[in-house]
Amino acid sequence: MPLSTQSISSLRKQLTSGDIQPSDILDSLAEAIESKNPTVGAYLSYDLEKAKQEANSADLSKPLGGIPIAIKDNMNVKGEPCTCGSKFLDGAYESPYDATVISKLREAGAVPFGRANMDEFAMGSTTENSALGKTVNPHDNTRAPGGSSGGSAAAVASQTAIAALGSDTGGSIRQPASYCGVVGLKPSYGRVSRYGLVAFASSLDQIGPITQNVEDAALMLNAISGYDTSDSTSLQQDVPDFTQGLDDGVAGKKLGLPKEYFGEGIDPAVRAQVEKAIAGLESAGAEIVDISLPNTEYAVATYYIIAPAEASSNLSRFDGVRYGNRVEKPDDVLDLYRRSREQGFGPEVKRRIILGTYVLSSGYYDAYYNRAQKVRTLIRQDFQNAYEKCDAILSPVTPSAAPLLGADKDNPLQQYLADIYTISANLAGICGISVPCGTVNTESGSSLPVGLQILGPHMGEHQLLKVARAAELLS
Amino acid sequence: MDVRYVANLARIELSDEECDTFQGQLDAIIGYIETLTDVDVEGIEPTAHASPVFDRLREDVSRPGLEQADLLRNAPESALGQIRVPKVVDA
Repeated sequence: MPLSTQSISSLRKQLTSGDIQPSDILDSLAEAIESKNPTVGAYLSYDLEKAKQEANSADLSKPLGGIPIAIKDNMNVKGEPCTCGSKFLDGAYESPYDATVISKLREAGAVPFGRANMDEFAMGSTTENSALGKTVNPHDNTRAPGGSSGGSAAAVASQTAIAALGSDTGGSIRQPASYCGVVGLKPSYGRVSRYGLVAFASSLDQIGPITQNVEDAALMLNAISGYDTSDSTSLQQDVPDFTQGLDDGVAGKKLGLPKEYFGEGIDPAVRAQVEKAIAGLESAGAEIVDISLPNTEYAVATYYIIAPAEASSNLSRFDGVRYGNRVEKPDDVLDLYRRSREQGFGPEVKRRIILGTYVLSSGYYDAYYNRAQKVRTLIRQDFQNAYEKCDAILSPVTPSAAPLLGADKDNPLQQYLADIYTISANLAGICGISVPCGTVNTESGSSLPVGLQILGPHMGEHQLLKVARAAELLS
Repeated sequence: MDVRYVANLARIELSDEECDTFQGQLDAIIGYIETLTDVDVEGIEPTAHASPVFDRLREDVSRPGLEQADLLRNAPESALGQIRVPKVVDA
């Protein structure tokens, strides 16, 4: 079995026994990337020699010693590009520092390897908004890998990465993990430092792992979690060993089904797979309880006010002055800003900046932004009330399996509506994971993965991972 | 929404074609987000962050930062250890 196809825990055993060297894994991955990436397009770039040098000095006694990790192209790795899938930064930026998650991965012995494609500045749900390359779903090349961390999920699913980091602002880890049939974990807000992640919506963004299995997700979370003086929103809380008790099972656990997540709009074939997983968890000893998250119908609208508002502020840094694209021969500074941004940004990024600027503008702030923040409070309260009745919440990740490439291309609102099951977790700051739970067949004869979403309370990752592990064992 | 006006506030130049496309798309999105006016938010406090964020102060001591040369390497134009921009003030 090629090393590129094996899990972190399997490779670690061979590394510590001395049967293999870290460079063997990198060679195996490079071979897999050369054969598959021209079709799948998960990677924008990679530097094998640099990774090999770093692997030579990796401490193999550490939990991730010698393991290469693919990095979504919106996290800074010193000396590497960081394009965010945008023409604005392509060929015009080299990271002068490591993001905190990268420093932490290195401390755990891991080796960052390769830059994974993504929707431009993490805005999108199919990776088709990348200005720099096309990524397809490894299970069906006519379909999208999901997004925005589509490259990270496709890399793991196509066995061209052992594991990857993604970022999740409204579902951007869980949704592509679901479409690609891999595990994707969005940690609670504040669990993982955002320092060195190119900010999209700062109150919603979290970095998390995309892996082949739940145990690997726990290993990765162990490495990247914890308080960081460089991110004042990271929380000063102890980091447990998330691999401990992973096989404890779900006996006696109360798992809630929100009625709003199983209503109209969900593809019956997807629903059937999710319900099969729920029945499996029930026979494994969990108690299934009905719950309600009554403000669910307002989540998409709330998100598409708050996220663009924060984005319009965060992306003002891309002005053509300090780094990135600068237009030739500007008339003056204003012209420099306006045309550098026109050239550098793709349509979805422009749309969201304009929308965000509008909802924050004088006269509209109270009607849109301030009201959305209040509805956000109600959505948080929905979850607080729900977790008084259950330990974790079960739902689909998306209403349907991976869409065809090009579907809804000119209808952004239609794309936004498909985020309905994932975005509330970001608004509430809770943790969530997508675990493969079956497949559905398409008319063209392909078989597409379906994910089960498990949502846990804020900082409840340890229990969440145990439920996820139990769900994984069913499939 | 007047797309061209707001784009100018956001410092983005738009072609006429892009402006027209965005106008229709953004009108649809704004029509949708206006569903929030149905929600009774009387007496509800706004949430800016998902977890409480407090000022975190550290000792006022210097610590290593990024090197000037590393940062200037990314600048589109630089000279004399500084980033060069078009003239902003007339002499």
